[in-house]
Amino acid sequence: MFQGIINGVSAIAIPLLMLTIIIHGRYKQVKVYEVFTEGAKEGFDVAVRIIPYLVAILVAIGAFRSSGALDILTGLLTPLTSMIGMPGEVIPMALMRPLSGSGAIGIVSELINTYGADSLPARMAAVMEGSTETTFYVLAVYFGSVGIKKTRHALPAALLADLAGIISAVLVTQIMFG
Amino acid sequence: MINTIWLVLLGGGILVAGFQCLGIDYSSASGLVMDPSFEPLTILTKGLFDSAKASVTLAMGLIGIMALWLGLMKIAEESGLVKLFAKAVRPILVRLFPDVPPDHPAMGAMVMNIAANMLGLGNAATPLGLKAMQELQTINKVKDTASDAMAMFMALNTSSVTLIPATVIGIRAAANASNPAEIIGPVIVATGVSTTVAILTIKALQKLPRFKLEVPEGEEG
Repeated sequence: MFQGIINGVSAIAIPLLMLTIIIHGRYKQVKVYEVFTEGAKEGFDVAVRIIPYLVAILVAIGAFRSSGALDILTGLLTPLTSMIGMPGEVIPMALMRPLSGSGAIGIVSELINTYGADSLPARMAAVMEGSTETTFYVLAVYFGSVGIKKTRHALPAALLADLAGIISAVLVTQIMFG
Repeated sequence: MINTIWLVLLGGGILVAGFQCLGIDYSSASGLVMDPSFEPLTILTKGLFDSAKASVTLAMGLIGIMALWLGLMKIAEESGLVKLFAKAVRPILVRLFPDVPPDHPAMGAMVMNIAANMLGLGNAATPLGLKAMQELQTINKVKDTASDAMAMFMALNTSSVTLIPATVIGIRAAANASNPAEIIGPVIVATGVSTTVAILTIKALQKLPRFKLEVPEGEEG
């Protein structure tokens, strides 16, 4: 039932928003087609403008992953994370989540395949996936699209929030499913 | 900070791969011998080039979706719909973004981005967020530096205010979890904590001398 409602909301939200925009536009006598194309023109520029920022971030993250540095960091963190009740299997997820969206999805799928969807590590990783974002990607794309190079306090605040989100995910999952 | 992290990720990765080429051989005098295959470094180099290629594929994939949403946003802006959205949550917005005029188009774009994030609509959230960044840039005094409002908006986005984590529920459903949507409660709690921390940290840090926004002489106002 609940699952059905969620699927319904996800399916309806975008078409409904689009319909609202064009109907309201028409009602307010906006020349919808002409105005649409005028706005859409900027799409290309924005996408091209973020390329240098994306290359910088994704190459650095790629180096960290493919070299095995991420695995070494995982090993170093194990004694610390076991103190808050985070199983070792979930550490790669916590480290990967802010770095790579597809990498994090890959880890969730792997944990589900290995331990089962209803196991503690798989549930914990799923909660992390749902409750935090790919911080470095968002930072590169959002700031890159308007040419911001000096990010000031945005990154430390975002990383601290990620840490808080991940610790909460561990604790809440332990309380509810542990 | 981004410079340091970038250096550590890339430089650290290269060094770790390099050290893995050093096989330990106790019979030699130094105890070290070079692994003649250099495999870790070859894998690393391939990984670097793949990532660089993937960035462009990602950006190109954005063009169509960006154009679609920027077009729709332009209609919503001209019809006044964006302003209506912003008005609905104005009391929250003016507290979070005191430097942005309440009627500014940036407010509407930010509201729509956050709403898309809450519903787990990633495809809509990114273009709407980029639109909001463009609007914020028009009132930014130092064009290569993040304004307070931009940092706050970024933090809200990276801490991800999610109500329906659609992607991960889908993955769990595909894997036959007994109740795929059961993680919604924990997700809302965790995301609530991270968003609260994000807002408080941004507000606390933006006043520190280290992060203070320096407006060059003559560009004030």
